[in-house]
Amino acid sequence: MAAKSISRPHQAFRNWAFRRTVETGTVVLNQRRVYILPSRQGLMFAVVLVVMLLGDINYNLSLGYVLTFLLAMMALLSLLYAFRNLAHLQIHAGHVAPVFAGESARFVFHFDNPSALARYQIHLHDDAGHRTVFDLAAQSATPVHLDIPATRRGWLDSDRLTIYSEFPLGMFHAWTYIHFDVLALVYPRPAPTQPLPLSVSPDGSGKLSASGDDDFAGLRNYVAGDALPRIAWKALAREQGLQVKQFSTPMGQDLWLDWAAIGEQGMEAKLEVLTRWVLDADAQGMRYGLRLPDGELAPQNSTAHKAECLRRLALYGLIKA
Amino acid sequence: MDKSLIYSLILSILLVLAPHMEHLPLWVSIMCTALLAWRTLLNYRALPLPPRWLLLLITLVGVAVIGKSYHTLFGREVGVTLLMMLATLKLLELRSSRDAMAIIYLSCFIIITNFFYSQSIPTALLMLLSLIVIVASWLRIQAPNIRLRSQLRLASIMLIQSVPLMLVLFVLFPRVQGPLWGMPQDAYNSSGLSDEMSPGSLSKLSLSEAVAFRVTYATSAPARDQMYWRGPVLWQYDGRTWTRGTAGYQYAPQFTEASVPFEYSVVLEPHNKRWLYALDMPATLPANTRLNTDFQLLNNAPVNARMRYQMSSTLRYHANAEETPAQLQRGLQLPPRLNPRTLALAQMWRVQQSDPAELVKNALRYFNQEKFSYTLEPPLLGRDGVDEFLFDTRQGFCEHYASAFVYLMRAAGVPSRVVTGYQGGEFNAFGNYYIVRQSDAHAWAEVWIAGLGWVRVDPTAAIAPERVERNLASALKDNTALSFMARNPPAWLSKLRLNIDALSNSWNMWVLGYDPERQFALLTRLGMEDVSWQRMARNLMLGLAVILAVLAALMFRHLFKRDPDRVHAAWLRLCKRMTKVGLPRAAHEGALDYAQRVGSLRPALASELQDIAQRYVQLRYGVVPGDKQSVQAFIRSVARFKARKAR
Repeated sequence: MAAKSISRPHQAFRNWAFRRTVETGTVVLNQRRVYILPSRQGLMFAVVLVVMLLGDINYNLSLGYVLTFLLAMMALLSLLYAFRNLAHLQIHAGHVAPVFAGESARFVFHFDNPSALARYQIHLHDDAGHRTVFDLAAQSATPVHLDIPATRRGWLDSDRLTIYSEFPLGMFHAWTYIHFDVLALVYPRPAPTQPLPLSVSPDGSGKLSASGDDDFAGLRNYVAGDALPRIAWKALAREQGLQVKQFSTPMGQDLWLDWAAIGEQGMEAKLEVLTRWVLDADAQGMRYGLRLPDGELAPQNSTAHKAECLRRLALYGLIKA
Repeated sequence: MDKSLIYSLILSILLVLAPHMEHLPLWVSIMCTALLAWRTLLNYRALPLPPRWLLLLITLVGVAVIGKSYHTLFGREVGVTLLMMLATLKLLELRSSRDAMAIIYLSCFIIITNFFYSQSIPTALLMLLSLIVIVASWLRIQAPNIRLRSQLRLASIMLIQSVPLMLVLFVLFPRVQGPLWGMPQDAYNSSGLSDEMSPGSLSKLSLSEAVAFRVTYATSAPARDQMYWRGPVLWQYDGRTWTRGTAGYQYAPQFTEASVPFEYSVVLEPHNKRWLYALDMPATLPANTRLNTDFQLLNNAPVNARMRYQMSSTLRYHANAEETPAQLQRGLQLPPRLNPRTLALAQMWRVQQSDPAELVKNALRYFNQEKFSYTLEPPLLGRDGVDEFLFDTRQGFCEHYASAFVYLMRAAGVPSRVVTGYQGGEFNAFGNYYIVRQSDAHAWAEVWIAGLGWVRVDPTAAIAPERVERNLASALKDNTALSFMARNPPAWLSKLRLNIDALSNSWNMWVLGYDPERQFALLTRLGMEDVSWQRMARNLMLGLAVILAVLAALMFRHLFKRDPDRVHAAWLRLCKRMTKVGLPRAAHEGALDYAQRVGSLRPALASELQDIAQRYVQLRYGVVPGDKQSVQAFIRSVARFKARKAR
């Protein structure tokens, strides 16, 4: 479906008319939360019904009255059905995996349908028009993913989301707003391949060498942010999937990824370079530490360490959201 | 677009088109069926839709052919044909859900157009069937993933729930008497008698078993051979066709009653003419009607909807005992230079007799004693038709006898005229009323006798008295031309037919005949003191609200119907206990994964919990449903399970 964004006065009205609170825990959709109005298709159908009714009156078609009234009442009933399609759903937000800027954050919402009724065609979208459509089986919990592009590092808020449904006849638009306190952590976009700031090389020349790229150690699975030149294209050609070449560096040597070691560049650019370094150093199995103007992390090599480094980089200089 | 959605849309269109195929030209049905078959094939093979220009070409050719075969692009039949073509072609350019919705709307319109032709009970049933398919397609447009069973179930439930709401609207929605605007000339069916009579016109009509009108007598019914329902009176003869001619001036007819009137009510099927049928002679007239000079009952407007009227008639009377000379002169008109033999015969009688009553007897005796026969399929007659009939062929239907009789009378100098209408009727004991069908169409004569006025003479009764006393089938020697039901059907079948007719009679009165008048009567009887728009609207809203509340209660009941599964309930109890000891199950965690995780955290619980989890999965998701004992055992195991806090 095409992305639809909302005009500014409309947005202002919605902000005024519907409370904007951030919610935690499980939200239950009840009659106070679900709004219903006729849809455009419903108004169109009303016109069709009026034309039919005029025909019935003009030509004295008693069965025509029966048909017209049946259709009209069914459309009216679909109001109750439209509400029922959303009613009593229990929703809570799930964990969002961190992403790099430029990727999409995958927000997860768990829709629990404890009732004996299946729900159909529920739309979940944000104000920018990113959307997903799903059905819910009776007595089931379904994780629903909503991908929202992450453009900048830091915390990405899912913002207020709209849940709506026009099932069963499309005559009524039943919707609710929901804003969970769920944030996605967005790491800085990794800079293009950068040589690692290897500390003083064994020959004592003091310049940064192009890292221990020569010592090929093996292959490992690709993770987002890996440098293109490191991808094992031959392995890909052998249909072994996307893999990355790993190189070993002498163990026991700590690598400091230092903010200060990067030349004259903007803050964001520096963070991007550091992010690249963290990824590369981790990929090479090095012990590395991160030194930022507001503190440092001691050298280590572990998944948790990498995550912590990236987190620091993501949030550097930002007031906690 | 979803394949099954397209199939169900094709089926919807097919269902709404089917009843139209009976009355539209064959080529329209063939074209629509061919287009639908083409669409089905495209769908089956998953082939691409035809290009726009091809559809445009088909449309243009279709419109051209319609224009050529109907000679117009307006009117009812043309409208219906265009609508059908539009719907089938729309299926061939089905690209979005908006197109699909257009097809839904078009199908509803096509159903309505079918009501121009028929509003019978079977039509209503077919409408319901079509609606289920249409609503099911509608649901699939909205929810492409819905299962066929749920789709049909929901469509039927929604329809059934709408019925009580519809009934409230049907009864209480303020009715307005149409028409609101002018209508194309062919908007109504015209069937039944016309105001002309030529050889073959009545015998053709008498093959039709369609109902002309139904009669309910207030107390008792007159004898069958007295039931003459008067229609158009014909004066003018051109040697082949009888027409009404033109009266010099209109004046109110005069008659004196000579017996107690019969009271009755008539429900007349629409025939798009102004005249109403009444027993000879009408004593009291319904509102908005009048008698013309010929004693024919006329409505103020053409009858284009089923109409009910109440009246009374006197069977013995003197009608226009004083008649103007101009009218008497009209009653002697004959086409010049035709039928010399008939003229000679009449002149001969005239010489012997001058008393009109005796002359009538002469003529009836002639019909009775010569070898005349009563048949639906008489030989064709030439220029001197009456001569040929009276002296050569001597085979004819009521129009031949009435025509020849009046000719003889006029030639003999007795003022006379032809009366067309219906004679007799079939008694329906199930509804206690008489059915008068088109096959009861009849023609007779009236002669004017000084002092008595216009006297009815039915020459057919002289040849085939059974026609008047019983029915057409018993009067005909060879009745194979009649429809099966008009001949002598088995008793059970005619009983069934009468039952069905009684049902459709009530249908006509209460459903189809529900007009402003009947609505007023019903609402008054239901205790609404003043039947006003405001009052009706208030009751309407109230009725709808009450029914909606009941329906809502029924619908939302399912929302609160929680897990009836005892196995699952026991498992949830266990999880709750585990949460208390600080080992909650994560929402994403399956039973087995959970048991695994807890087992690794608390080896002491591992085996017992894993056993329970396995049994839970077996009972809940296993291919074979768990029997009662294993369910009981599972619940006991859960009860015995002790969750211990970590030390």
